[in-house]
Amino acid sequence: MSALIQLNNVTKNYRRGKEGIAIFDGLTMGIEEGDFVAIMGPSGSGKTTLLNLLGGTDRTDGGEIWFDGERIDGYSEGQLAAWRARSVGFIFQFYNLMPVLTAAQNVELPLMLTKLSPKKRRDNVETALKIVELSDRAKHKPKELSGGQQQRVAIARAIVSDPKLILADEPTGDLDRATANDILRTLQLLNKKLGKTIVMVTHDPEAARFATRTLHLDKGRFVEAMA
Amino acid sequence: MNDFDLVRKNLFRKPLRTILLTVSIFMAFLIFGMLTSLNVALDAASETGTSGNRLIVSNKINFTQPLPISYLNRVATIKGVTGVTHQSWFGAYYRDQRQGFFPGFYVDPETYLALYGDQVKLTEPEKKAFMSERTGVLVGKSLADRYGWKLGQTIPISSNIYVKPDGGRTWDMKITGIFTGAKPTDSTSAIYFHYDYVNETRTFGRDTIGNIAIRTVSPDLNDSIAKTVDAMFANSSAETSTVDEKTFARAFLKQAGDLNFIVTMVVAAAFTAILMIVSTTLVSAMRERTKEIGVMKTLGFSSPRVLRMVLGEALLLSTMGAVLGLGVSALILKGLAKSPAGAQLGDLSMAPTVAVSGLLLAITLGLVTGAIPAVSALRMSIIDALNRR
Repeated sequence: MSALIQLNNVTKNYRRGKEGIAIFDGLTMGIEEGDFVAIMGPSGSGKTTLLNLLGGTDRTDGGEIWFDGERIDGYSEGQLAAWRARSVGFIFQFYNLMPVLTAAQNVELPLMLTKLSPKKRRDNVETALKIVELSDRAKHKPKELSGGQQQRVAIARAIVSDPKLILADEPTGDLDRATANDILRTLQLLNKKLGKTIVMVTHDPEAARFATRTLHLDKGRFVEAMA
Repeated sequence: MNDFDLVRKNLFRKPLRTILLTVSIFMAFLIFGMLTSLNVALDAASETGTSGNRLIVSNKINFTQPLPISYLNRVATIKGVTGVTHQSWFGAYYRDQRQGFFPGFYVDPETYLALYGDQVKLTEPEKKAFMSERTGVLVGKSLADRYGWKLGQTIPISSNIYVKPDGGRTWDMKITGIFTGAKPTDSTSAIYFHYDYVNETRTFGRDTIGNIAIRTVSPDLNDSIAKTVDAMFANSSAETSTVDEKTFARAFLKQAGDLNFIVTMVVAAAFTAILMIVSTTLVSAMRERTKEIGVMKTLGFSSPRVLRMVLGEALLLSTMGAVLGLGVSALILKGLAKSPAGAQLGDLSMAPTVAVSGLLLAITLGLVTGAIPAVSALRMSIIDALNRR
């Protein structure tokens, strides 16, 4: 396996009032293509910040971020948006679906950023919904779906444009155990069958067991342990 | 699904709010459409029948005050004057005052047609009949159509000003001509009849006239002739004010005040109120969707594209309200044009310029009301948007 994502000597600080807080001070790490990494750690350890840096939704104060041979930390806002659209799928704790759109339309959103024909778009949406076993709910709006179903729609949205990387921020944090396991099995399937690289932030050790490896992050530093 | 679908779905996520906003904008554009069209119609009416080489002499106190008819011959002697006539307001109505008044003037037939023959289009037999028939009346085609009057018919024309010795207010008149205007759009809602017929039978105001119309050799001489006329009657019991015909027509039609100013103020007040309401509502609607905007940006929608979508919502909203408002005002104007009051205003309809200005105003309204939420969506960082509760 080769490193899909490489962070070199990354620093990230936040200002809280007049006080500067260092989240990362020279963080170096690599995530291989096809990995399913769980990131665990106490609150404030920098898990979500790391996910934001990996997804290009936040910027470093220093160091380098490489993705698939491209250095992305110097990209402009527009370049980062285009890169996210083609390379990254996002899954959030609270699903973050558009309430005015149906499940299929929510899944179609990332495809609005591509030049695919309407037919190809429909085909991709159908395939993505089939993968998450929600074809029969395509025309339902989010409020007509259960939490688990909404999260599966969000997963379909994350994979519909066939990105290499999927970033999941507490994807099971709002779900009961059984539903959470369903979601995690789906993520595992995406990793094993479709070869997606997945980085998942979680507080839940049960969830972390579905990953191929777990990184424990504490005060901006991490310790790797096999799941 | 495309960007427009998203804009439309977002706009109608709370249908009641969108309907109420549309109704507010609709009301503003209804006011705009009606008042602006009325103003345009009045402007057009004041242009109708005016000529560059004609002057109007009226009483300096107010044009509703009379002038002695003896002034006519004195004015005619001024160098550069090639023709004079007079016309007086009768306060005319047909049978029932409640149906409204129409412009009715008593004139000297021969000199009037000599000066205004270009505006009052008649056949030669009609002209001759009018001049020879003391009770003859010329009626405009639109007025004749409205009341179903025919050539040769005798009609009772009443005045809300003049009274006959027997206490009556009605003069029977025989239609000797039905005239059209110089242009198809010219108002033809007036009537003209004999000064002598009214003068002999009215109980007051005998041997007086409303105003004098002068034709000059050239518009270049208008100023000097106007000054000469006013100087001629200075310090008399009826001093005069002489202006060109267009100025007089505007003053006559805008007796109620400066309509341009009133229309501008009313429309500005309506739009300022709507601007505040719509802006505030859009800002708060956008705040409700902060997280969704953060998600869209996370998925890869660029900030300028998000800005365009937010602006698109404001534009769609204002355009819907504007199209409805302008459409309904066009229909109301059409209905009003057929009413007795509307017929006096000439071509009372929505001019293309009013419709185009309305649509431009809608675009401006959309851009202005959408600017604050759009710019805040443009500037919103993904982290802040997703963390907002």
